[in-house]
Amino acid sequence: MTELEAFRKDTRAWLEKNCPPEMRKPMQSEEEICWGGRNWKFHSDAQRVWLERMAEKGWTVPEWPQEYGGGGLSREKAKILQKEMSSLGCRSPLDSFGIWMLGPALLKYGNEEQKREHLPKIIRGEIRWCQGYSEPNAGSDLASLQTKAEDKSDHYLVNGQKIWTSYADKADWIFCLVRTDFSAPRHEGISFILFDMASKGVSTKPILLISGKSPFCETFFTDVKVPKKNLVGTLNKGWDIAKYLLTHERTMIGGMGLRAAGRPVSQIAADTVGLDEKGMLADPILRGKIAEVSIDEMAFVFALERAGDLAKAGQGNPAFSSVLKYYGSELNKRRYELLMAAGGSDALEWESPRSKEGALPRSWLRTKGNSIEGGTSEVQLNIVAKRILGLPGA
Amino acid sequence: MPLVLNNEQSLLRDSARGFLAKNASVSHLRKLRDSRDQIGFSRALWKQFAEMGFAGILVPESFGGSGLGYVEAGVVMEELGRTLTPSPFLSTALLCATALVRTGTDAQKVEYLAKIAAGEQIGAFAVDEQSKHNPRRIALSAKRSGNGFALNGNKSFVVDGHVADFLIVAARTSGEPGDTKGLTLFIVDPKIKGVEVERTIMVDSHNAARIEFDDVQVNADAVLGEVDGGWRIIDGVLNVGRATVASELTGTGDEAFHRTMEYLKERKQFGKPIGEFQALQHRAAHLYGEIEITKAAVLKALQTLDERFDHASMIVSIAKARAGTSATLAVQEAVQMHGGIGMTDEFDIGFFMKRVRVGQELFGDANFHADQLARLNHY
Repeated sequence: MTELEAFRKDTRAWLEKNCPPEMRKPMQSEEEICWGGRNWKFHSDAQRVWLERMAEKGWTVPEWPQEYGGGGLSREKAKILQKEMSSLGCRSPLDSFGIWMLGPALLKYGNEEQKREHLPKIIRGEIRWCQGYSEPNAGSDLASLQTKAEDKSDHYLVNGQKIWTSYADKADWIFCLVRTDFSAPRHEGISFILFDMASKGVSTKPILLISGKSPFCETFFTDVKVPKKNLVGTLNKGWDIAKYLLTHERTMIGGMGLRAAGRPVSQIAADTVGLDEKGMLADPILRGKIAEVSIDEMAFVFALERAGDLAKAGQGNPAFSSVLKYYGSELNKRRYELLMAAGGSDALEWESPRSKEGALPRSWLRTKGNSIEGGTSEVQLNIVAKRILGLPGA
Repeated sequence: MPLVLNNEQSLLRDSARGFLAKNASVSHLRKLRDSRDQIGFSRALWKQFAEMGFAGILVPESFGGSGLGYVEAGVVMEELGRTLTPSPFLSTALLCATALVRTGTDAQKVEYLAKIAAGEQIGAFAVDEQSKHNPRRIALSAKRSGNGFALNGNKSFVVDGHVADFLIVAARTSGEPGDTKGLTLFIVDPKIKGVEVERTIMVDSHNAARIEFDDVQVNADAVLGEVDGGWRIIDGVLNVGRATVASELTGTGDEAFHRTMEYLKERKQFGKPIGEFQALQHRAAHLYGEIEITKAAVLKALQTLDERFDHASMIVSIAKARAGTSATLAVQEAVQMHGGIGMTDEFDIGFFMKRVRVGQELFGDANFHADQLARLNHY
């Protein structure tokens, strides 16, 4: 048996033994995701146990180095773990911006003290992070951000406002872009800092969205004192970190639809339009559209895998995350349009236990933001045109 | 297995690319077309292909082949797609070789495989009977007769049919059109009595033929594989065709795309390169994404054929559907972005559009494969 086969066998046995049965059922809605954090209330013992066991092995972040509590797995082994988890139907033990965004940035740009302080808490789901990037006047044009951090010799004094801060009202810490030099060209006066959301002077205000939910907040900073050791990387060089982190955020948003909860669209359609005598969906046009989106979904899974493999082989282009972000978010919107079409009037119920309080239409509306957040589809296409295709003047 | 080419596969790609760029660029196809070449490809070039080990790419080393797999076959097909080179590589080295290697008797292997690898024999795989690919509906009948069978019926869209030294014919030995049971493969010499081959000149200037079988008598040893149990190998060979034509389509689409990007950087209107216009940039970036996502699906399909040949149908359908759709978009955008010159015969880009239209139909278009995917998922 090769080493990889042995790993597969051991992993499967471990998962079968350690993943509680409740954590092997498909999620019914996004409410069942485990985000962790200081104030996290586990939905069940199974959710808690599953997180603890996976965190113990470092498998909430299979490829991070073991010295900080990660799984230390090679890409090949991490793929095997992922495959075994999906074939057993194991849920993700922990979803977090710390895992998807901050962690990779700290591993690349953080100092040793910062890595030792923050990475283990991300891995164990003890600290929930949010991202302070967009501002009321800095959306697609992110580099025009105005939140400032003044050097007060032993600390930075932060003043300003962020917007679209995902889960700011639930997060424990924030990674934040601030302007530290107002006289420099706009990309060169930005720094990347970390601070505790419990600091004096931080306040949040949820924004009610078209989905009737408030995953985003306005976040206000009034004379927030941030210790100097919380600067990541070099002063005024935060834009490099911001861009690096954005590549991770974009890949994450691109893959968001693949984590979608709920029943497959073909099953929903089977209930609403019925099957013909050959067992095919009785609405042939809907059937064709479902098949087309399924083809694109599966191809996109392979594209994500290939992008990771190319990066590992040193043949990747960082701007490729813009392709994944663009394609994945547009695909997710198509998927939800189809779910709504398949669901018919059942999918329009907004308030009923039967509809889980409108879980589907609320998710459908939420997906409209996928092609806006993390850089709009149009911004991604600009990036691809310029950095990959080398088109002039872009 | 990582979804990237390994070192050997990359070297193979480079050597195929270098050879084709030097010896078989689009002007080679143009010359064959304009001279109304009777063969439809260059025999000299095919001989060189054999010397490079490509004709025997799937043939085991014991029969003089290279003993490589479908990823390697796809790598070569993608390069043939970039140059639009007409070649018996698909018909002979991939389709017929797969059928013979996987189900041939020792005698059949001895008779054909070494000659395929040496570039000495051309084979054609005859499946389609209607103008839309639908192998379940094969009707050409093979009835027991004397020591063997009598074949009656028609085939169409047979790639390299008019130059083939042997045909592998999918026929119905029992059951009704629509049944997957009752199908059988036969190896038929096209020169025997009752076989009528008509070359059909197609839009892309690549080879195809209609073949009529009028009471064609073959011996029992002409059967390739099992009598009545041929569906599995027919479907397997078709999957090889689908996945490797997906590679070819990807190469053709990618090349058309690269030529278009160069044009956007050169061509000036309103005093600047037209590539500066966001209307074109966004379409170009979208197309790039479509092509790249397709590449991942195609490579996955080829790897699956190598690893789990009989379980590749779903991913092969995904790859062929995606390749047909994204290559079609690539050539349509190529002509549109080139403007008037893209409409001229003198300029090469039109050849790409023509070839993609044929590749889209070959072994099932995107609609056929969407239907396949839905069937495989029971809806």
